[in-house]
Amino acid sequence: MWPVIDLGLPGGVALALLPELVLTGCALCLTILVAWRHRSEEDQLLVGYLAAVGLVLTAAVVVVFWVSDVRAGGLESMIALDGFRYLTDLIVLLGALLTVLLSLGYLGRERILVPEYFLLLLYATVGMMFMGGGADLIVIFLGLELMSVSVYVLAGIDRRSVFCAEAALKYFLMGAFASAFLLYGIALIYGFTGTTNLGLIYVQTATWVFQENTMLLIGIGMLLVGFAFKVAAVPFHMWTPDVYDGAPTPITAFMAAAVKAAAFAAMLRVLLEALGPVTVVWTEIVWWLAAITMVVGNLVALAQRNLKRMLAYSSIGHAGYLLTAVASGTDFGAGAFLFYAFAYTIMTMGAFAIVAAAGRRGERDLRVEDLNGLAKRRPWLALAMMVFMLSLLGFPGTAGFIGKWYILSAALEAQNGLLAVVLVSTTVISAGYYLPVIMAMFMKPPASDDAHEHVTVTGAARWVVAATAVVLLVLGVWPGPAMDVAGQGGRDLRPSVMITVSK
Amino acid sequence: MNYEAWVLEALLAFPLVTAIAVLLRPVREAKWIALFATLIEFLISVPLWWEFDPTVALMQFQVARPWIAGWGVWFRLGLDGISLFMVLLTTFTMPLAVLSSFNYIREKERAYYALLLVLTTGMLGVFLALDLFVFYMFWELMLIPMYFLIGVWGGPRRLYAAIKFFLFTFVGSLLMLVAILTIYYYVGRATGTYSFDYYHLLSNIQVTDRWAFWLFGAFFLAFAIKVPLFPFHTWLPDAHVEAPTAGSVILAGILLKMGCYGFLRFALPFYPNVVLDPMVATVVVVLAVIGIIYGGLVAMVQPDFKKLVAYSSVAHLGFVMLGIWAATVQSLEGAIIIMISHGISTGALFFLAGMLYERRHTREIAAFGGLAKVVPLLAAVLTIVVLSSVGLPGTNGFIGEFLVLIGSFGIYPWAVVVAATGVVVAAMYMLRALQRIIYNKLDNPENEGMLDLSRRELAVLLPLIALIFWIGVYPAPFLRRIEASTSMLVEQVRGAQAPAPFETGGRR
Repeated sequence: MWPVIDLGLPGGVALALLPELVLTGCALCLTILVAWRHRSEEDQLLVGYLAAVGLVLTAAVVVVFWVSDVRAGGLESMIALDGFRYLTDLIVLLGALLTVLLSLGYLGRERILVPEYFLLLLYATVGMMFMGGGADLIVIFLGLELMSVSVYVLAGIDRRSVFCAEAALKYFLMGAFASAFLLYGIALIYGFTGTTNLGLIYVQTATWVFQENTMLLIGIGMLLVGFAFKVAAVPFHMWTPDVYDGAPTPITAFMAAAVKAAAFAAMLRVLLEALGPVTVVWTEIVWWLAAITMVVGNLVALAQRNLKRMLAYSSIGHAGYLLTAVASGTDFGAGAFLFYAFAYTIMTMGAFAIVAAAGRRGERDLRVEDLNGLAKRRPWLALAMMVFMLSLLGFPGTAGFIGKWYILSAALEAQNGLLAVVLVSTTVISAGYYLPVIMAMFMKPPASDDAHEHVTVTGAARWVVAATAVVLLVLGVWPGPAMDVAGQGGRDLRPSVMITVSK
Repeated sequence: MNYEAWVLEALLAFPLVTAIAVLLRPVREAKWIALFATLIEFLISVPLWWEFDPTVALMQFQVARPWIAGWGVWFRLGLDGISLFMVLLTTFTMPLAVLSSFNYIREKERAYYALLLVLTTGMLGVFLALDLFVFYMFWELMLIPMYFLIGVWGGPRRLYAAIKFFLFTFVGSLLMLVAILTIYYYVGRATGTYSFDYYHLLSNIQVTDRWAFWLFGAFFLAFAIKVPLFPFHTWLPDAHVEAPTAGSVILAGILLKMGCYGFLRFALPFYPNVVLDPMVATVVVVLAVIGIIYGGLVAMVQPDFKKLVAYSSVAHLGFVMLGIWAATVQSLEGAIIIMISHGISTGALFFLAGMLYERRHTREIAAFGGLAKVVPLLAAVLTIVVLSSVGLPGTNGFIGEFLVLIGSFGIYPWAVVVAATGVVVAAMYMLRALQRIIYNKLDNPENEGMLDLSRRELAVLLPLIALIFWIGVYPAPFLRRIEASTSMLVEQVRGAQAPAPFETGGRR
């Protein structure tokens, strides 16, 4: 027997929102703190550590909810209480926590003194949690806006950098477009079904006969375009490379991992819980999105010499892999998403930690050649980077492989054989840009004797690199429990009550 | 605990443990730890020779442990007549590979020897795995150590060779992953049991499925690249030439056998209908024969000795493919014997090429000449090895090629006729190279001061020469152990062709 929260009562709603409330509370307290402690670097570090504590605290609350298997009772509601929400929450919280830890050293080195940085991270995380947990289109949209606005500012946090400003502006304009599409889609779906609640939309689309209704179709299309912008799926990816390249490196990692995971979580929830009955309609679209995204993302990444840009394009490729999981249109695919998002968050954070360490102050272009001979000077760092690259490549023995295996399984289970073939073919292409990194580090001589002298990972970032590399290897060899947990979380994405109503 | 219960797992675990030891101990101990580790590994594997029951066609020494149990992934290992010799060949080659590297490898020794040991585990895992997931893991994992061996300790064009080697293998194996998963779901849906167990998949697979051709194609591509079958061979000369000596020996001796082994273990029994489909069979046999002739002709014009040996591998492996596709007991036995003896002879040739290179820092055949006078011992060994590679009766090379040719004649007479001329071509390029290296005139003064084989080098070569003659003169003990499993394989392949469903004995 699990604890049931009655969402019909105000107290129940408050209880259901406890993780979000805790994090919001932390963020507000920090806002007050920052108001009179914002002058020195120590203040900024203090805020950073407190933000990390807040994230851990929230994660603890989520874990309690998850372990005691809290479920919703009563009628349809605005917020979901299921394993999928808890796992998504944990993934974005982990992403945010790693970002905070990476930022501590990075901000100091780059002389960025903006303690509000950490506040914005927390607010963005709150938004993400609403995206993963919202059971109503409006809640999801609000979460998305909260996240987006915070991340727009974060992308441009370094006011002295022209590229930062460019990134922020581009991201803002594109994001505004995406939001507009999304909102219009929501409006059309509301027009068709008369509700924004996911469960009720499910009932409507399941019971109504005219599934070919144009208004619904356009609504779904708009919704997908909005989400495709947010997850940087081709052909809605144009903003990604410039934004990822221009933003501060930890924020780039944050956008590539956590923001993407949250957008995918919202997308999956809407598609499966609300539009489950019309799976045929959207799997077709997502199928093509996935195929094109994988091909274009990986091909263009092949042409990049700048490491950060390469990772940006590769993250488009990874969005394609995740879309493959979505295109299966099953809760199995949702499980594959959860596992892959977790693994991807870890490996991206690790890779960007090293990119941040290898880049010199103010230097934007870190090329692959700049890593030449890194193994000679910094063997452990090179080893860790190799693990990240192999994991991103999806090589056996790392979590990346298990994730790809999971996604391939989901695709094949849903009879998407061709998409699986596209996935593995593009994986081969991706070897063409991940391997040169390994090659540069281990097989090429350093440019000079004192090369990489400055490359150090200090303090918290060192622990991030070590922990992420170890977790990737452990998950690669012993993935059973994590896969079961992800599978369980994916299965929660069934509108269980609603099925009985509709049939 | 009795031997058969622990031996396979010990064979996999021991090199990994010692690899860590190599990394932790001081540099000067690295090569000695690696040498003793590989020797002990060999000693662990030797009793397999007696403990193996030649009358049993099924897997022996089986081990099964749950790994990702919820997904039907078990850590399943086993050994039959086909894999027995691949395992023994691996454990036999590794100490020699380590020993041959003693002087050649001067930098990053610890990493080098640790990688060799990890590679040992990877290769043995491929030959022992009885779970398709485990097989795939090992198949891919051994790419990384080899990639580094070529890329870090290789010749001048090592980066190109390393990435080419990696990408070629990667392309094939990823499609194979899709095929494995597809079969997993097909069989799972049909039987209700989702498992990667080799026997479970084998006994429930739909051989006449309309996707059979494509699934087989995915396996075929992965294995054909590894073999390598013409025209997938282009990675091989680069990788072989650029790799350090031990790397070339392992590549030729063991890694190429993985492709052949994959055909024997998976592609043939899973999809006999496709294998014996007249069109598919014709294409493969034609490619095998082209490989034999083309490899020989290209080898003939190589000025570089190592490259010559590399192309001769393409020709030898063509014989193996011919033997596999003829799928008679004799031709399969011949194919396996060629796999073993190619590992021995070509391994020895690469060792010798490496020794010549260490002395003169060139591999140009033209740079040598008249070595018989200066280094009689090396010349004698080279002669024996070349003759065995050519397939002189009394050496190991003859037995395998002879068996393949007579075994395949009833099935593909025209192919055998053409392939037999390949033997003549082999004699031409090999003997000509031998002549130019050790006979002719001693016209290069640099060759005059050359040192003969040291004791360490003799220790590398003598075991190989002993095996060359043993297999050549008295192959019965080898054939006896191979026979049961190959007959079963032939039944599986040919039985599926028979109009009435044919119950093969080997299924659980």
